[in-house]
Amino acid sequence: MMASSYNIKEEDGHHSGSSGPGGNAVRTKKPDNTAFKQQRLPAWQPIITAGTVLPAFFIIGLIFIPIGIGLYVTSNNIKEFEIDYTGIDISSPCFNCSQSYSWNTTTSCTCSIPFSLDQPFESNVFMYYGLSNFYQNHRRYVKSRDDSQLNGNLDSLKAPSKECEPYRINENMPIAPCGAIANSMFNDTLDLFYIDPNGTRTPIPLMKTGIAWWTDKHVKFRNPGGSSSNLTAVFYGTTKPLSWPKPVYELDTDPENNGFVNEDLIVWMRTAALPTFRKLYRIIQKKNSLTPTLPRGNYTLDIVYNYPVRSFDGRKRMILSTISWMGGKNPFLGIAYISVGSVCFFLGVVLLFIHHKYGNRNNSSDIPN
Amino acid sequence: MTIPKDIPEKWFPIFPHLKWIKLGLPTSEKIRCGTEQERRVRANDREYNEKFLYANNCIMTSKYNIITFLPVNLFEQFQEVANTYFLFLLILQLIPQISSLPWFTTIVPLVLVLSITAVKDATDDYFRHKSDNQVNNRQSQVLINGVLQKEKWMDVRVGDIIKLENNQFVAADLLLLSSSEPHGLCYIETAELDGETNMKVRQSLAVTSELGEPGNLAQFDGEVVCELPNNKLDRFCGALHWRECKYTLTNNNMLLRGCVLRNTESCYGLVIFAGPDTKLMQNSGRTKFKRTSIDHLMNTLVLWIFGFLVCMGVILAIGNAVWEREVGSLFQSYLPWDPPVDNFLFSAFLSFWSYVIILNTVVPISLYVSVEVIRLGHSYFINWDRRMFCNRSNTAAEARSTTLNEELGQVEYIFSDKTGTLTQNIMTFNKCSINGHAYGDVMDTPGAQHKRAQPLDFSAWNPLADRDFCFYDVSLLEAVKMREPAVHEFFRVLSLCHTVMSEEKSEGELVYKAQSPDEGALVTAARNFGFVFRSRTPSTITTQELGKEVTYTLLAILDFNNIRKRMSVIVRTPEGHICLYCKGADTVLFDRLHSCNHDLMNITSDHLNEFAGDGLRTLALAYRDLSEEQWEEWAERYHGADKAIDYREDRLAAAYEEIEQDMMLLGATAIEDKLQEGIAETITVLSLANIKIWVLTGDKQETAVNIGYSSKMLTDDMTEVFIMNGYTVQSVREDLRRARERMLESSRSRDGVKEAEMQDFGGACSLGNGFGSRDAANWIPGQKKSAQPPAPPTSLLESVSGEFALVISGHSLAHALEADMEQEFLETACACRTVICCRVTPLQKAMVVELIRRHKNAVTLAIGDGANDVSMIKTAHIGVGISGQEGIQAVLASDYSFSQFRFLQRLLLVHGRWSYLRMCRFLCYFFYKNFAFTMVHFWFGFFCGFSAQTVYDQYFITLYNIVYTSLPVLAMGIFDQDVSDQRSLQYPKLYEPGQLNLLFNKREFFICIAQGIYTSVVLFFVPYGALWQATQSNGVPLADYQTFAVTTATALVIVVSVQISLDTGYWTAINHFFVWGSLGTYFTILFTMHSSILFNIFPKQFHFLGSAQSTLSQPLVWLTIALATVICIAPVLAFRFLKLDLKPQLSDTVRYTQLVQKKQWKAGGHARRSMGGASGPGGSGLGHLGRGGSRRSGYAFAHQEGFGELITSGKNMRLSSLALATFAARHSSSWIDTLRKKKHSPPAGDSSPAPSVAAPVSNSSSLIGPLETAAEQRGQTNADPQVGVADVAQVETGQCSLVVQEALCGWRATAGARLSSTGASSLGPPPIAEETNGE
Repeated sequence: MMASSYNIKEEDGHHSGSSGPGGNAVRTKKPDNTAFKQQRLPAWQPIITAGTVLPAFFIIGLIFIPIGIGLYVTSNNIKEFEIDYTGIDISSPCFNCSQSYSWNTTTSCTCSIPFSLDQPFESNVFMYYGLSNFYQNHRRYVKSRDDSQLNGNLDSLKAPSKECEPYRINENMPIAPCGAIANSMFNDTLDLFYIDPNGTRTPIPLMKTGIAWWTDKHVKFRNPGGSSSNLTAVFYGTTKPLSWPKPVYELDTDPENNGFVNEDLIVWMRTAALPTFRKLYRIIQKKNSLTPTLPRGNYTLDIVYNYPVRSFDGRKRMILSTISWMGGKNPFLGIAYISVGSVCFFLGVVLLFIHHKYGNRNNSSDIPN
Repeated sequence: MTIPKDIPEKWFPIFPHLKWIKLGLPTSEKIRCGTEQERRVRANDREYNEKFLYANNCIMTSKYNIITFLPVNLFEQFQEVANTYFLFLLILQLIPQISSLPWFTTIVPLVLVLSITAVKDATDDYFRHKSDNQVNNRQSQVLINGVLQKEKWMDVRVGDIIKLENNQFVAADLLLLSSSEPHGLCYIETAELDGETNMKVRQSLAVTSELGEPGNLAQFDGEVVCELPNNKLDRFCGALHWRECKYTLTNNNMLLRGCVLRNTESCYGLVIFAGPDTKLMQNSGRTKFKRTSIDHLMNTLVLWIFGFLVCMGVILAIGNAVWEREVGSLFQSYLPWDPPVDNFLFSAFLSFWSYVIILNTVVPISLYVSVEVIRLGHSYFINWDRRMFCNRSNTAAEARSTTLNEELGQVEYIFSDKTGTLTQNIMTFNKCSINGHAYGDVMDTPGAQHKRAQPLDFSAWNPLADRDFCFYDVSLLEAVKMREPAVHEFFRVLSLCHTVMSEEKSEGELVYKAQSPDEGALVTAARNFGFVFRSRTPSTITTQELGKEVTYTLLAILDFNNIRKRMSVIVRTPEGHICLYCKGADTVLFDRLHSCNHDLMNITSDHLNEFAGDGLRTLALAYRDLSEEQWEEWAERYHGADKAIDYREDRLAAAYEEIEQDMMLLGATAIEDKLQEGIAETITVLSLANIKIWVLTGDKQETAVNIGYSSKMLTDDMTEVFIMNGYTVQSVREDLRRARERMLESSRSRDGVKEAEMQDFGGACSLGNGFGSRDAANWIPGQKKSAQPPAPPTSLLESVSGEFALVISGHSLAHALEADMEQEFLETACACRTVICCRVTPLQKAMVVELIRRHKNAVTLAIGDGANDVSMIKTAHIGVGISGQEGIQAVLASDYSFSQFRFLQRLLLVHGRWSYLRMCRFLCYFFYKNFAFTMVHFWFGFFCGFSAQTVYDQYFITLYNIVYTSLPVLAMGIFDQDVSDQRSLQYPKLYEPGQLNLLFNKREFFICIAQGIYTSVVLFFVPYGALWQATQSNGVPLADYQTFAVTTATALVIVVSVQISLDTGYWTAINHFFVWGSLGTYFTILFTMHSSILFNIFPKQFHFLGSAQSTLSQPLVWLTIALATVICIAPVLAFRFLKLDLKPQLSDTVRYTQLVQKKQWKAGGHARRSMGGASGPGGSGLGHLGRGGSRRSGYAFAHQEGFGELITSGKNMRLSSLALATFAARHSSSWIDTLRKKKHSPPAGDSSPAPSVAAPVSNSSSLIGPLETAAEQRGQTNADPQVGVADVAQVETGQCSLVVQEALCGWRATAGARLSSTGASSLGPPPIAEETNGE
């Protein structure tokens, strides 16, 4: 027993080179024989072969083409209607309104544009306003806001961030909401009327809420002092943005949709990525399954024309659209999928041909396994 | 403390002082040169000497001290263009009108980089301080005011007299004044200085040697006037003025710093040069910061990218100007200009800088950090490599510099020292020929092999025998015991005719101190055979002959020199006979023999040839009986010559010549200059990898040539070996010219033959593809050179390489390196396959390296072990030091160190190659990913009014390079392998892409950035197209900025991850972890950053609230991302596939065969494993027998294993056959032939260690990668990866590599034969496949 344990110890000492008090056992510096240190880690070594690449191309082709077709068909089934109401043309009903552009006009200009739908719009219809040549993605524009203020922070309400310059303070009063984005908020009012065959105008109910991101409405934008308090009091000591006709607490009568949590404001504050964009304005809810939301027929679009765009060659549009699982009308993706799928498939064929004609025949999938 | 106290430039402020150190010490010399033409040193007179402001004996190699560290280091770091650039960016970002990115995107990485570098520099300098301190604080005894006092080395001054004791290092360059030995002699070893290990004698002047006592020396006030400090080790001229006399001083009176005093009790010397002025330091050359060519390329590319960036900035600024004028000015009501901006031009100017900031991520600072990290990782792999670990010296390889790894994959020239590097510097008495009978060759007698393992035991009958001495031929011992007179006389010569000193510490414990190891070996041999040299006095030699003490009177030593190539002694035997014993080179000795020796001479000549053929160093021995009259007559003349004042040397030589006549031949000795293990294979493999090896040695020409032959650098079938030995400019020029003419001539004549042969072949086989003619030429047996179409005359010299060798001596080299001739020399030398420079000084070594560096644009590597190699190691791109030997100077100066030359193979072909490959792949991918990332902003600029709005979230920009994409590419950069290490060694041709710089160059770079730009286009315009009028399924438009940012960022991360997956060739668990982990991290961070928790805490910082959730829950977004990914990757995939399919590289082919083999093995694994199990534990004996008995089967086995897959896969065959044919054709055929011969030799030969070639092969531990020949080996590897190939390989390698070569030869031969007989067939190789398979 003693002997054996002694031996083990000795052996141990011999291998690990643990130096005794004399230190005569030289510690070996031999590196450890681990797979990591010897670069022998087990590894998967993929290799590009005809057996893997060519099928990949065919599979991509075969997957993409049906998806593309599906997308294309879906997109084509979506109904969309668009009116440009900028009023550039003299013939346009809004021409007059467009001529008088000024932020501070107190008298509002109205115009109405008649139009007709050839096909009924089933299910919910979404009403958008679209702006063109409007650079919401400009760096100076994008940063010109105070998220803290919009979040209801009282300090920021009284002392908005420097980023808001030059829309930060007006007449020694802080602007709420501050910044260029809020200042340039879209403020046209759009109303839809259905013209019965007998000529009566039936207003179409437009839903103001549910048009903003949930997180925006519930987390990001908050009225100062909580939802219950009196907005007028809370905003006391602040001033409205320069170009607004009314202060922020008068945007709507519904307290849930007023002040910073007004959804029109929230939608506007979510800046667009591109200079031509559309934003959700209203939702027309489907009433019942029997009648279409918007039956075929004639309509009128009544516009309270406040928002000047002619100064920068902008365009204003109103868009009506239905929605599918993939959102609105979007032919690009379907076409892109179909073409990419076809190209891949074709590329597969070409590569297969090249491979067979010139290539390394045995590099292909016929590796025995 | 480490700053010299009397800096010559005291008036300089601190900064230039530091600069002075950085530039290298000799600068101080230059400053003084203007005023001083000579050096005056007066002994024992510090006041006098201090006038001259000579450097003191303190050396300083460190760069900083505690106070200067921070400013100097930062200053140095900001000299890096990159760092300054990022600092500049940081400043720009602080300007609010410009700032397009928050400041932290730049400062975090910058601080990180600066501090990492600073820590590294500080550590390096700390160690330099330590070693400086250690040297500077060595003790020496200085004579001050007549008393010996201990002083530190650094306090020693010029003019001091210091005392040295035995085995002490010489502290400074000293003039030897006196010594404890008679005649003022002392012995020194100069190994640290010039690498020569033999002892040298120095003698003081007669006048000073009488001083002796410290008391007298203190009175000594001689003044030395001498030359200025220089780096010539073998020259010193000066004069000593003392007591109105002038004495000439030569190098023979000098003790140089770095030498070690030996066999001398003590001596006194006068310090002439100290510290930086010493010849050692003057020779150490400049320390320069080494950079790899990739570094240079990278810096160039970064500059280009910077230019590109400026261009982009200008384009976008112009765009901004136009936009602001046309659109922005109208848009003012919504978005007025920032206060200082009042017109569109100013806005454009600011926009330019904003874009410079945004686009700076094309060269992120993380590039530099990542490169360093990768190199560090590679360095660790080198340190950890068990196959570069030497058990004997217990040293592992060490990457001392961590910045040069990828350069190891590009080496074209290796400059090697000889002694201690190629050789072990151990001489062994191996064979001899006595009176026409050869001893020592036991292999000739069959059945005697078992005795080989058992060296003769001398101790039984000779108590004085040296135990380390090994000799195997028992018949010689028998002959001694039989008292054969010739044998006795033979050993008597060996025991008498030498200059060895003996030291007998205790009775019977003899230690010989020999001038050269050869001599030591010979005397030791005589000692063991009973003729023991015991002691000598100036006039006697005492030996013990077969137990009987004999004292000879030494009458004269006719010493050795280079011209005489022999030495003799004249002794009077105790009986009173006078005898001359002579040993020397056979060429000179045979001319001086008595005519009756003719027959014996012929036999001995044969033996000598045999010995020389084995690479042994030979000497012939002879004696002559002299009569008393002859002796007296000659002695008179000899004394006359000795005392002559003019032409003393010549006269002496003439006198010697006179007596060394009519000698009787005794025999010859053969000494083996033991090569290090595996030299020959290493050199062969390296030259197969197209690396040229030059040997630069301080040793004699004969020795060098000998080693050249035994290491297979020189072979008998070389067309010609040019030896240049001229002393004058003209003769060297003439030699070079002649060599070139000969080369051209022979290459012309060979081309003629070749063309004729090619025509024969051309008729037989017209291979359709472009390789045809080359292949055919390669298959011609004995054709060593690829038969390219006759090159234009200018490159003719380049094309003839591989057949010639050049041996040049130091004096010729001195002329050849002069400015007007160096071009000629370069051309000639580079056309030679082997270049050996002998008798070169350390500085010449460096000059040769420098020459190649300057003119050839090739990566050079210098390898050496001694202090004499330091300058060469420092000069070359890569310096390698052999560690585990005595000196460590070379190691300290080196970038890599290990203990065996053969590890170089692995260092270059495996580690170097991998490093290069990894670094190139890393750089390609890195530039790609950053262009893909950054250029999206450029496209976005056209849609956001050129306002420098970023596409992505600012946090994404900060983290993209640091977190999301850094680790996968780092993992690839550290772990990637295209082919396994065995295969890297097995196909040295795989090394070539590195030398040709193929994997990362400007072209590759442009491809990368083109791909990056393409990706950025896709990444911007696909989401643009897909999202601009898309809406979520609840009707909310998707085209808001935040959704777009998240979509593009996600697509980018996915695309670059897919791309790195494509680029990674070696998916270890770590790679998987990093790639998937990075994607996971991206999404985790994305969701965290966009979470309401963070927003509630910092509403201003995290305004992307909810974007991730709302965006990534949209199927449309995922479809967009998938689309973008496919559009980005598909062309790359198609392109790579085509490249691989139509023009595979050798590495692709090898990799492919590796894969096939694995699959095949898996298929047949079970059966083979059982077989392996049976033969695996069978023990070495069994394995041995099996191999010996069935060579044929071993051949077939290897064939299938090594090349079977190439052959079985027909098309692959064509490619790999090309590769392999060139591989085979590049060989010196001798190597293969030797192996082939071995194969055909009787099986018995196998188990015996074959003499020159095979022995190292079978001993070398797995340097020629084991073809995973044996099935059992693979069985083991696979069954338990931890056990590793290495250990199995250790056992198997020898056989494996042998078999590989056979397979190769056999295959080649078959292929060639088949090809010629198949006739006009465009499918050359496939039929071979059938045939070889059939075998």
